[in-house]
Order: sequence, then C-alpha cells, then structure tokens
Amino acid sequence: MSAPDLVLGAQGALLLVVVHALAAVAAPLLVRLLGRRALYALAAAPFAALAWALAHTGQIHAGTAVAGTYPWVPRLGLEFAVHVGALGWLMVVLVGGIGALVLAYSARYFAPDEDGLGRFAAVFVAFAGAMLGLVICDNLLVLYVFWELTTVFSYLLIGHDPARRANRVGAMQALLVTTLGGLAMLAGFIMLGQRAGTYQWSQIAQMPPGGGYLTVALLLILAGALSKSAIFPFSFWLPAAMAAPTPVSAYLHAAAMVKAGVFLAALMTPAFGELNVWRAVLLTAGTITMLLGGWAALRQHDAKLLLAYGTVSQLGLLMAVFGAGSRDAALAGAAMLLAHALFKAALFLVVGIVDRSAGTRDLRELSGLGRAAPWLAAVAALAAASMAGVPPMAGFVGKEAAFEALLHGSGVDRVVLAGLVLGSALTVAYALRLLWGLFAGKPGVIATRPRRAGWAFVGPAALLAVAGPVVGVSAPAVGGMLAGYADAVPGTGAPYRLALWHGFTPALGLSLLALAAGSAVYLLAGRLAGRVRLPIDGARVYDRVMEGVGRLAVEVTGATQRGSLPFYLGVILLALVVLPGGMMLADRPWLRPWRAWDTPVQAVAAAGVIIAAIFAARALRRLTAMILVGVTGYGIAVLFVLHGAPDLALTQFLVETVTLVMFVLVLRRLPAKFSRRPIRAGRRGRVAIGVAVGAVAAGMAYAATSARQAPPISVAFPELSVSYGGGGNIVNVTLVDIRAWDTMGEISVLVAAATGVASLIFRGAGALRRRRGSPPAARASGTGTWLITAPDPGTRPQSIILQVVARLLFHTIVLFSVYLLLSGHNAPGGGFAAGLVCGLALTVRYLAGDRAELNAAAPIDAGAVLGTGLFVSVGTGAVAMLLGGQVLQSALLDFHLPVLGHVHLVTSVFFDIGVYLIVVGLVLDILRSLGAEMDRQQEPADDVSTKEAV
Amino acid sequence: MTPNLTYVATVGVLFAAGVTLLLERSLTRILMGVILLSNGVNLLILMGGRAGGAPIVGVTPQERMSDPLPQAMILTAIVITLGMTAFLLALAYRNWLLVGHDEVQDDAEDRRIARLAERDEGPAAIDDENGDGAGPPARRGEVTEPP
Repeated sequence: MSAPDLVLGAQGALLLVVVHALAAVAAPLLVRLLGRRALYALAAAPFAALAWALAHTGQIHAGTAVAGTYPWVPRLGLEFAVHVGALGWLMVVLVGGIGALVLAYSARYFAPDEDGLGRFAAVFVAFAGAMLGLVICDNLLVLYVFWELTTVFSYLLIGHDPARRANRVGAMQALLVTTLGGLAMLAGFIMLGQRAGTYQWSQIAQMPPGGGYLTVALLLILAGALSKSAIFPFSFWLPAAMAAPTPVSAYLHAAAMVKAGVFLAALMTPAFGELNVWRAVLLTAGTITMLLGGWAALRQHDAKLLLAYGTVSQLGLLMAVFGAGSRDAALAGAAMLLAHALFKAALFLVVGIVDRSAGTRDLRELSGLGRAAPWLAAVAALAAASMAGVPPMAGFVGKEAAFEALLHGSGVDRVVLAGLVLGSALTVAYALRLLWGLFAGKPGVIATRPRRAGWAFVGPAALLAVAGPVVGVSAPAVGGMLAGYADAVPGTGAPYRLALWHGFTPALGLSLLALAAGSAVYLLAGRLAGRVRLPIDGARVYDRVMEGVGRLAVEVTGATQRGSLPFYLGVILLALVVLPGGMMLADRPWLRPWRAWDTPVQAVAAAGVIIAAIFAARALRRLTAMILVGVTGYGIAVLFVLHGAPDLALTQFLVETVTLVMFVLVLRRLPAKFSRRPIRAGRRGRVAIGVAVGAVAAGMAYAATSARQAPPISVAFPELSVSYGGGGNIVNVTLVDIRAWDTMGEISVLVAAATGVASLIFRGAGALRRRRGSPPAARASGTGTWLITAPDPGTRPQSIILQVVARLLFHTIVLFSVYLLLSGHNAPGGGFAAGLVCGLALTVRYLAGDRAELNAAAPIDAGAVLGTGLFVSVGTGAVAMLLGGQVLQSALLDFHLPVLGHVHLVTSVFFDIGVYLIVVGLVLDILRSLGAEMDRQQEPADDVSTKEAV
Repeated sequence: MTPNLTYVATVGVLFAAGVTLLLERSLTRILMGVILLSNGVNLLILMGGRAGGAPIVGVTPQERMSDPLPQAMILTAIVITLGMTAFLLALAYRNWLLVGHDEVQDDAEDRRIARLAERDEGPAAIDDENGDGAGPPARRGEVTEPP
C-alpha cells in the first residue's frame, strides 16, 4: 500500500483519530518544553483533519461517500466503520478547521504561565479527536462511545479551573444532563440495532424498522440529541458551561460538541424525516428553544452569556429546520449549520479578546471600544451580520433557504415558520445589543482603554468572520457540495438551490421583515427587559432533582447504615436464616433416611467438640476461651482421623498448635478478661441469631448430604493420581497437581496475610531491618548454656529443660519436616504439614530463648522465604508451560544416582517445596511480628516502669 | 448418601457458637468465632464425601477409600484459616495499641450520615460540617514509637 492510500480514504480518517490521541498524550510534554507555543504545533492535528476533508472534496461532490469497515469486537457488532458523506464531510471541515484556529487562538489567549495549560491542551486535542471520530463513524455503538467521550472531555474543559465553584457546578451540570440523554440514546440505538440486525447506520437507513417500536427508539435517541444540543428543556446547562475558558466555549459550545445533537438529527432525517413523532418533537422543541433562547439573550449583560443563549436559540432553529424533514429544509439546515459554526465561533473569540484586553466582558462597563480597537469591531460586525442574516452573509443564505423550504411545506410548517421569523427578529435584536454593548461609546461610562491585541490573537477570529461573506458569495458552490446530503431526503418539486439572489421572493420579504422587526425589538428591549420571566426554568428543576436525589440517598443510607457492624452482620445472617432456611424447610429433608454415626467413637469426639464450643462462647476470660477453641480444633482433628483423613488430621493438629502459640503471644499483651459490654441486653439476641444460624447450617448439612445421588468425581482420582501425578497420596497429588491452581491461589493468600501481619506490627524507624531479623551482635556469645544466644534473664523466666529440649530436638525436627515434605507424595505429609512442622521447630527455639535465639536459628528475612517459595511454585508451573506442557503439569523422572540408587522424581515436588517455604515463611513472619517485635515494643515501657518503682 | 447425625449436630453447634461470638464487638472474640465457624465449615465439607480408609493408593483398596476431594479442599482451608487468624490477631493487637482496647467501633462515616438524616439535611451539609473543623476524629491514645 502506498503512502497516499494510507492517509487518504477511510483508513486516513481512522489514522487521524489515532493522530489526535497521540497528540493528546504528547501535549503535556510539548507544553512543558515549548510553553504556550506548543498549541501551534498541536493545531497540526485538527488541521490535518481539515486537509483530509479538503482532499476528498472532489469525491464527495461526485456523490461517493468515503467508507470502509474494520472489525473491532465482531461478536458485539462493534466495528470501526467509517462513512463520510456530504454531511460528515461538512462536520470534518468544521471540527478540523475551527479546531485548528481555536488552538492557534488559545496560544495567545492563555497567559504564558497559565496553570494547567498542559492538561488543557491534552484534553482539547483529545476532544477534537473524539469529535472527529463521532462524525466519521458509521457504527451507532462506536458513535455512542465517541459521543460520551466528548461529554467527558467537555466536563474536564469546563472544569479547567477547578478551584472556582462556578466551573465545578457548570461542569457537573453539563456532564449529568448530557450523560443522562446519552444513556437514553444508547438504549434507542440498541433497539434500532437489534431490530435491524446491524449497528451500521448506512445499512439501517436503507431499511428502517417501523411501528410503535420505532417511536420509542426514536424518542430515546432524540432525548440524547436534544440534551447534547441544549434544546429545551435541557437548555440550562449550556449557559452554566460558560464558566469554561473562552476557546472552549467557542469550540465545544458553539462550533463542535453542541452540534453533535444537530448532526445526529441531520444524519437521521433522511430516514425518519417523514415520521410524525420525529417532526413533532423536533419542530416543537426547536421552535420553543429558538424563542426562549433569543429572549433570554436579550436580557444578558455578560457578553458570553448573551452568546450562550444565542447559541441555544440557533441550535433550536437548526433542530426545527432539520425536523421539517423535507429535502430543501435539510439543505437549508446544512447551510445554517455551516454559517452558525463560523459566526458563533468568531463572536466567542472576539468576546475572549475583549475580555483579555479590556479586563471585562460586561456590556455595561465597556465603552468606546470601537474607536480604540476598530479592527476588532469590524471583525465582530462581520460575524454579527452573518448571525443577524444580513446579505450577503452565509447566515442570510441559510436562513432564507430555511424560510423558503418552510413556506412550501404543510400548515404546521407555516406555524413553525412564523416562530422562526420571530426568533430571527430576536436574533437581530441581540446581535445589535452585543455589538452596541461591546463597542459603542456610552454616556456616563468611563472609556475603556484596552491593551493592544496582536494580529496572532485577532487573526483566527478574523478568518472565521471573513469566511461568512465568502461562503455567502459562493453559495451556489457550497450548495452543490451540501446537496449531496440533502438529496438523500425525499422532496417534492424542483430542488432549491442555494444562492444570494433568488429575485423578489416571499422569503426575501420575511428576511427583511425579521431585520426590521429585530431592530425595533432592540430599540424597545431596554424597556421590556426584566419584566417578563420565563415560566419554566430548567436550571431550577435540575437543582430540585439533584437536591432530592441527595436527600433520598441520605435518608436511605441513614435508615439502613446505622454504623454498627454487628447489626449489619445480624441482618445478613437473618436473611440467611429466612431465605435459604425457609427453602430448606419447604423441602422437608427429614423424610430421608439417616444414620447416627460411622463409628460410635465419633460421637465421643463430637461431644467434646460440642461442649468445648458452647463453653468457649460463654467464656469471660481470654485464655479460657482460647483453650476451649483449641479443644474444638483438636476434637475436629480426631474426627478427621476417624473419617479416614490422615493428612487433614496431621495438618489440623499442627495448625491448632501454631494457633495456640500465636494466641498466647498476643494475649499476654491484652487484658485477661474481655471488656465488659455496657449493654448486656444484646446478648440474648446474639445467642438467638447464633442458634438459628446453627440450626440452618445443620439442616443444610443434613439436606445436602441426603440429596446427593451422583457419584463423586473423585472416583477417578486414584487412577489419575498414580498415572499422571506419579504419587499414591491422593490428597497431596490433588493439591500439587490435579487442583494445583487452587493451591496456587491459596499460597498467594498466605503471602498476602503474612505481609499484612508484618505491616500491622512493624512500625517506626528500622522496622525493615528488624523484620529481616539480623541478630544483635552483643548477645551472641553462648558460653555454658544450651542455646546459641544467652537470653537476658531480666526479660523473661528461664526454663533449662525447655532449653535442653529445644537444643536437642531442633535439628531433628527440621530434618523430619524435610522427610515429610519429600515423602508426602506417597504417604501422609506434603508441603503444608512439613512447613508447619519446621515452623514449630522455630517456635520452640523462640520460646526457649528469645528473639535473638530465633534470629540465630533462622538468620533470614521471612519476606525472602515467602518470596522464594512463591517464586519456586510459580516457576514450576511456568517451566512446565515453557517446556510445551500445560501450566503446572507434572512430569515423572526416573533415574539412577551413584549413592542414592534409583530415584523416582515427580516435578510437582518442586511446587510442594514452594508451598513448604511459604508456610515456613508464614510461621517465621508470625514469630517475628507477634513474638519478637511485640517483645521489643513492650521492653522500653517495662524499663520505664521499673525505674519509676525504684 | 445418608447424613451422619453426629456430624450434623457438631456442625450446628459450631455454627451457633461461632456466629454468637462473631456478633460480639471484641476482636478477640470475633476471631474465636471465625475459628469455630471454620471448624464447622470444614466438617460440613467433609460430610460431602464418604468415610473410609486413608486415600492412599497401595495402603487402602480403592473401594474402601474415603473421598479425597473434600479433604484436599479442607486442607487448603485449614491453612488459610491460620493465615487469617494471624492477621486478625495482629489487627486486634494494633487496635489495642492505638486505642487501648480491641473493640470494633461504630463506623464514624455511617453515623455522620445517620445524623444528617435525622436533621433532614442533604449530602452538601457534610462539606459544611467539614468546613467547621469537625474533620475526621483524631486518633486517641496514639502510642509513640519507642526510640
């Protein structure tokens, strides 16, 4: 593929979106390097979009759309489908051209040391890219994604200065209103797409579905379009969004983003323009918006707000014109779309220049600016003339085309026409008000002395303003381009052609009428202003709704979340008792057969467990409770033995012992008795819930066991265990081979728990070094004692017997643990049990000596042991994969060694070694944290108390 | 399979005692409740497989073996409980070190929202409250790090 093919066509369009994304990522860096001049460089991205569009002018004019499809998520019907017809082409020109100009303008608008300029540049370029994606894509779901991206970027740009409340509130309003509409629109898209079997608009448009289904879908889609374009009753967010910097207002809130809704309406008009629901919504909402917006614009003193309400008004006009649904109206709408983008962006830029050079944009404070800055005034006048519809401007051409199209329509169209003529009169009035307010000399107001604005600052606005008459004069050529879009809409009679002069037509009369009436309204408006208030204020409704949602959330949260964790737990448990418990009772499991025990010895062990558990729940002293809990654990181990589960019994015995040691280590620091609860009333409730849950659990145990009919899957395990796992101990093979993934997850949890323990206990300076456990050098002299280190006799009582036992047994126990580890594949044992045995050996050393003795016995960082273990286990799995097997697959190796003789090696033993290391690391970590470090934290306090006693 | 009533009764009592302790406020008691519950759950899982001889090939004939699958599951559960016990103990100790007891307090944020609801105020009032300097409660009894 040659280079021109790559940058042109549908690929080129997608490439442009990528270029915008890359430019956005690079923007902060560029701004840091080049300061605000970086914005000129970044303007290259939207400019490239403009160039792309211009390069395709011929193709579009010939009536061939630029199209191509690239799959993304085929199963969801998602694909990057590009379809740029005449309408899309127009939008790319606007998005790219105005985007580049506004970026260039921003390089002068912002101060060189503006806060957050890097972020602004990045978000602005990203917005341009999203907008570009929105107008070129053909897939409705992808369109939705870009649609919401523009919403998010708009949110970030309005909130450019987050320290100001107006910015935050405005950004939030715009986000909530447009996102809500966007969600409705998504639902509508999905309805359309599911019915049509495709999400490609170019295909749906060929065979639109019909009936009430379509009505619902269209209403949902229109909710999105109307909210995005600030149409009544969603208009209020746009004026609030004026808190944004002026370049943002010019681009997002005049030329690009608010046009997305209009674009969507325009896109769908060829398919739905003749439907009553479509026409009714767009004509009504559009006309009302135009009138309300125009009237509100007349009452503003802030030039930016005036323009914002003017934009609302013009967007209403556009919606109404596209809603008319005829071919000529569509042409008029496209022309107005172009004209509005040009003049409104230019006017915003002018207001920004006035704001920056004069220090205010309040129409009451400015005076005589026209004399001080004549060129700026000329630019503004040119743009305002286009807005007012003065010939030979683009605005005049578009508006006359709209009048002409509606004149030839139905009775409803005539009513709408009357509204639009009135709206145009208001437009003329506020255009005059803006010009007079900005530039005229006013009696009684001190003349404004503006700073000089350079040509680089005024240039972009001037270009946009000059484009007005240029488009107006070349109306036939522009009309030829746009006809490619309009001709898709069915129309009657001879097609209308855009031109400056059609002769003395009724439409021309209406244009002149609007100009004359507008001038009159402007002259009278001074007296009317302030008298008439809008009956429905969307902003107030929004505030009410937001306040209501907040109150509701507080009430619901306050009623359900009272703060007591035992209460929450109780509610959850009651749900368990009522719902699954009730279901269980309905099943009447007691009808099924049962047996008392496997052997009567079970009943003896169980009785011990039951009694110990009941007394443990009643114990008031921590030590008593701890011992009783331990008894239940040992009792369960006995049950395991009787059940025929030696591995379980072994592990349970060892864990129970380690747990006891842990408890003793911690409980020696805590008070002997549980704190007395101030309220004992809750005790009965707790016991009641406990008994109920116990009954449900017992019932479930009964029901689940008796309901079982299928043979267990483990009947295949003995065979699998020998042939694949290479070992006879099925439980161990299950852990390290058949269900090794479970074990992998479990040892990760152990590492996390050990880390958590250490981080809760080790604090302050030197914590990391102490956790590693380097032995104190001074006390490492073991003369005449059994241990390596001599414990400080002051800190704890000595037991010579324990010291002897520890010394004699330590190495034997460690060796035994290694034996358990290696033999675990064919006999009870394995990594878990072996690790616990080794851990117990360390525990004995610690209990006999003190933390120095522990460090001498295991002069190694517990974290390193844990990490090595995890590495070995994961590594074993990974090696199997690298060698071409499955992750964690075992291999059997049989070979002969000189001394040991025949060796039967299963690779899963390495996995088990990892498990072993992790368990040892866990116990070591517990001893270091709950033992050694807690000793150390207590010591200085003890010293102080003894000194005080003396 | 027919249920073993001895197991059923033991599971029920362990759950009942465990839940009773779990609903307490002392972290040590909650921890003991967790241990009792885990013992009960382990037994519950064990009931899913039949009893018999040790599931070791060559030691027990296959038709007399106990079911190995629940055993493998329980074995991991036992060791996980050990890790969790260690963590909760460390938590109880830390709590005691910081505030002088090991009790679970009411959630301060939840209480604040409940107060808002009593005063019929919206969430915006929280910002005002913070503005008055009533920020997050200071940690009481913070033990200074020994040198």
